[in-house]
Amino acid sequence: MDLVGRTIRELRAFLDRGEVTSEDLVRAYLDRIEGWNPRINAYITVTAELALEMARAADRRIRSGQAGPLTGIPVGLKDLLITEGVRTTCGSRILEGFVPPYDGTVVARLRQAGAVFLGKLNMDEFAMGSSNETSAFGPVRNPWDPERVPGGSSGGSAAAVAAGLAAAALGSDTGGSIRQPAALCGVVGLKPTYGRVSRYGLVAFASSLDQIGPLTADVADAGWVLEAIAGHDPLDSTSIDRPVPALRDLQPEVRGLRVGVPREYFIEGLDPEVEAAVRRAVGVLEDLGAEVREVSLPHTGYAVATYYLIAPAEASSNLARYDGVKYGLRVAGEDLIDTYRKTRAAGFGPEVKRRIMLGTYALSAGYYDAYYLKAQKVRARVAEDFRRAFQQVDVIACPTTPTPAFRLGEKVDDPLQMYLNDIFTIPANLAGLPGINVPCGFTAQGLPMGFQLLAGPFEEEILLRAAYAYEQAAGIKRPKPALG
Amino acid sequence: MAWEMVVGLEVHAQLLTDTKIFCGCSARFGAEPNSQVCPVCMGLPGALPVLNRKVVEYTLKVALATHCRVAPFSRFARKNYFYPDLPKGYQISQYELPILEHGWLEVTGADGGAKRIGITRIHMEEDAGKLLHPETPGADYSLVDLNRACVPLIEIVSEPDIRSPKEAAEYVRRLREILVYLGVCDGNMNEGSLRVDANVSVRPKGETRLGTRTEIKNLNSFKFLEQALAYEAERQIDLLETGGEVVQETRLFDTQKGITLSMRSKEEAHDYRYFPDPDLPPVVIDPAWIERVQADLPELPDDKRRRFQDEHGLPAQDADLLCQSRDLADYFEAAVRLHHNPKAVANWIMGYVLRELNKEGAPPITEAPVTPEHLAGMLDLVRKGEISTNIAKTVFDEMWATGKPPEVVVEEKGLRQITDTSAIEALVDEVLARNPKEVEAYRAGKTKLLGFFVGQVMRATKGKADPQAVNRLVREKLGAGP
Repeated sequence: MDLVGRTIRELRAFLDRGEVTSEDLVRAYLDRIEGWNPRINAYITVTAELALEMARAADRRIRSGQAGPLTGIPVGLKDLLITEGVRTTCGSRILEGFVPPYDGTVVARLRQAGAVFLGKLNMDEFAMGSSNETSAFGPVRNPWDPERVPGGSSGGSAAAVAAGLAAAALGSDTGGSIRQPAALCGVVGLKPTYGRVSRYGLVAFASSLDQIGPLTADVADAGWVLEAIAGHDPLDSTSIDRPVPALRDLQPEVRGLRVGVPREYFIEGLDPEVEAAVRRAVGVLEDLGAEVREVSLPHTGYAVATYYLIAPAEASSNLARYDGVKYGLRVAGEDLIDTYRKTRAAGFGPEVKRRIMLGTYALSAGYYDAYYLKAQKVRARVAEDFRRAFQQVDVIACPTTPTPAFRLGEKVDDPLQMYLNDIFTIPANLAGLPGINVPCGFTAQGLPMGFQLLAGPFEEEILLRAAYAYEQAAGIKRPKPALG
Repeated sequence: MAWEMVVGLEVHAQLLTDTKIFCGCSARFGAEPNSQVCPVCMGLPGALPVLNRKVVEYTLKVALATHCRVAPFSRFARKNYFYPDLPKGYQISQYELPILEHGWLEVTGADGGAKRIGITRIHMEEDAGKLLHPETPGADYSLVDLNRACVPLIEIVSEPDIRSPKEAAEYVRRLREILVYLGVCDGNMNEGSLRVDANVSVRPKGETRLGTRTEIKNLNSFKFLEQALAYEAERQIDLLETGGEVVQETRLFDTQKGITLSMRSKEEAHDYRYFPDPDLPPVVIDPAWIERVQADLPELPDDKRRRFQDEHGLPAQDADLLCQSRDLADYFEAAVRLHHNPKAVANWIMGYVLRELNKEGAPPITEAPVTPEHLAGMLDLVRKGEISTNIAKTVFDEMWATGKPPEVVVEEKGLRQITDTSAIEALVDEVLARNPKEVEAYRAGKTKLLGFFVGQVMRATKGKADPQAVNRLVREKLGAGP
C-alpha cells in the first residue's frame, strides 16, 4: 500500500481500521524524507526519533479507542512555530542553537490531538520573502521543477506537502506566505481570519498581519487541520473568543452563493495562462449554481506599498530582541554596542536587514506621520473596500499569484519584482480576512496554478465550502511531482 | 535679578499587584535572580503579552485619588531601544493615548495655603530587568536579572507647577502617601518602588515663558530630590547670569558630591520610535468599573486629616502627623474607640509609641508590641485613678517590653495606686517623725521643703501613692503641728 501522498482522511481510515499503524506511516514518511529532502531541502530539522516516539504513543491511543481526527497523522511545522525541546531557527542564523523551553499554543493543540511531528520546515528568513531564497539554510526547491522556487515564505511547508514529505503542514501568512507557495506548489493553503488562530508561540514577523494556517493536499484536509488549531487562546490578546464552526464535514454546495470577481485583480503582469485558469475556475463555480458578478476593490493598487511600510515597521521592533544577550547567536565585540552591531550584522541576512531598515525609518521621529500613520489610514481604506464588497457577495474569487513558479535566482536581486508576487495576497492580510489557495490546473510546462477565494471575517466555513465544491466538480487530478 | 525655578516631576511607582503586568509571574521583590520569569517576561521569540486587569484596577484607584480623567479608550505603545535589561528590545508603555489625564493634587504652598499641582498624565507600563555588575575588579561581563522585567509601573507626570525644592518634596510626599493609602504601591524609595525624575528650568520672576530645561534622573530620596533641585537651579542661574546658556540635556545627580552632571545631550537622545503595540488591543474602560472602584476606595489622607480635626477635635498638626500613614491613623482610631479622649490618645501615640518605634528603626506601627487596645486600657486605668500618669509611663514601658495587657502589668508589678488615706497618713507621720529638723525649718517659713516631704512619701510607696493626696496630707499635718 502506498502510504505517502494520501489525504489525512485516507490515512485516518487506514489507522482506524488498523490496516497500518502510525509508526508504519511515520517510517514511510521518514524514508521518503531521507530520499527526497536532500534535493528539495524542505526540512531544516527532521526529528525522526521524536516522530517515532510520538507515533507509538498515537498508536496506543488509537488502540484504546481514544483517537481524535489527527491522532497518528504525520505533519511538518514551519520553523517559526515554537517547539519545546526542538530547535527553532526561523530560517535565520541569529537563532543559531536556540531550543525553546516551551510549546506555542498551536503546537500544543496538535500535540494534544495526537498529531506526529516529523520536523521543522524551511522558510524564508523570519518569513520575509516570496521564494524561500532568503533562508539561511539554503533555498527550498519546487518539487515540480527543482530549478524553480516553491514560493515563500512557507516554501518548505508547501514543497513538503506537494512532494509527500508530510501529510499536512503548518505555515504562516503575513502577506501571502501560505497561499502564494501553495499556489506555486499545487497544494491547498489556507490563511484564517486574523484572530482565529492563536499567535502565541509563532515567532513574530508583523504582529498585526501574521496568522498561522494549514497547507494540505486538498480542501477537506485544510478544514480538518484548521478545526484542530483554531479557537480562542487567553495567551494571545488578539485571538478572538468566537466558536469554531464544524469544518470536518463540508458540503459541496454553492447554489445561490454570490461570487465576486474584483476587476482590480486582473491587471497587466498577470500571466495569461494563470488568468485563463482562474476564469475557468470561476466558470466551474457558476456552473454549480453560484451567482458570479464583478466587484470593485478600488484601493487594491495601494496595498503592496502600504504593506511594505506596516510589516517592516512592526518587524523592526519585533526583531529587536535578537541582540546576542539572551539566546541565539552572539558575536562578541569591543563593548556592548559593538556586540549588538556584530551580532546583528552576522546573524541577519540582507532581506531581513533591508526590512529592519525600512521599518526603522518609517517609525522615526519626523517620518512617522508621513509613512506609518498614512499607511494605517490606507490600510483602513483597503479593509473598507472589502467590507463594502462583502455586502454584495459571499466570497471573492481571484488569482493567488501573478505567475506560476519562477526560476531560482530570477528575482532575488530585484526586491520590487519579488514584492509584487504578493500583490493579490497582501490585501486580505491588511483587512484581516480569510483566504485560501485552491489548485486549478497546470501550465503547458506542467507547473501548478492556483486561484484564491476570500471571504468576510470568520467566514472560513463558507470559504471552505466554496473551495470544496470547486475541487469536487473540477476533478483536478493530483499527479505526484516526478521529483527530478 | 530675581529668578524663579520651574519644576515638573515624573514619578515612577511600582504597583503592588501579585503578578506582573503582562504575564502570570510573581511581581514580588527580592527573590533569587531569574526565579520569577517565563517566556513572556524573558522576551522569548513567540511569547505575547496579556494585560493584568488588576493593574488597570489599581490605576483607576489612583485616578480617583488624584482627580484624573479616565480615558474610555487608551492604548499601549512600544518604546524601542536597545539595552541588555530590556529583553524584547522595547518597553511596553503608553504614549499618545494614556489611560489618565488632567488631574491634580494639593500641597502646602510657600504662603502656607493650599496649592494645586497639576498632573498632566498617568500611564501604565512595564519595568525593565536589572543589571548585576560583578564585584570582581576587572570583570568583563555583567549579569541580567529579569525578575523585575514586566513588573507593573505607573508613571505620573506633573505639570511644571512646582516652584521650590521644598514644594517638590512635598508633592512627592503627598503622592507617595496617596499611593500607599490606596494600597497600590509600597512607596519604598530605597528599593526603587518609587523613583523620581525632575525637569528643571529657571526664568526671571514675572516671565511667563519657560526657560530651557534639563532632566535629572533617578532622585531616590527626599533629601536628594531637594539637594539636586537646589543645586541645578543655582547652576542654571549662574550660567544665565554670566552670559551662558542652559543646554537641554539629561543629567545625573552625584549623591557624594551633591552636584548634577551631564549624562547625554538632546542630540544624543534616543528616538524611541513609539508606535501602538499590535499585540495588545486598546484598553476600554466601562464606567461601571470606575463606579465599583470608587465604592471600594479607602478614605484618602486629606479627607482623613479634615475628619480628625472635625470629629476628634485634634489640632491640625496632630491630625497631619497621625494621618501620614493609614495604619497609624487606624491605630489611633482603634484606641479612641475604646478610650474616648482623642487628645490623650494622640499625645501618647506621638510621644511614646512613635518614639519607641523610631528607636527600633521605625517598623510599621502594626508591629508595635503595645496594641491600641492595651494603650486604651492603660489610659482607662489613669482616668479611673488606678494608676498615676507617672506610673503609666512605667506600665507603658513594661507593656512595650513584654506585650502584656496593662491590668496584668499593674497586677504583677504591684503598681496600683494607693488611695487608702489612712495608709498614706501613717507614712506621712513616719516621714515627719524621721525629719524633725526639716519640719522645724518648714514651720519657720521654709515652705519650699514641701516637695522634699512629698518626695520622701512617694519614694516610700514606690510612686504608687496618689501624689495629690500625699500633697494634701503633708500640708495638713505640717500646718496642724505645733
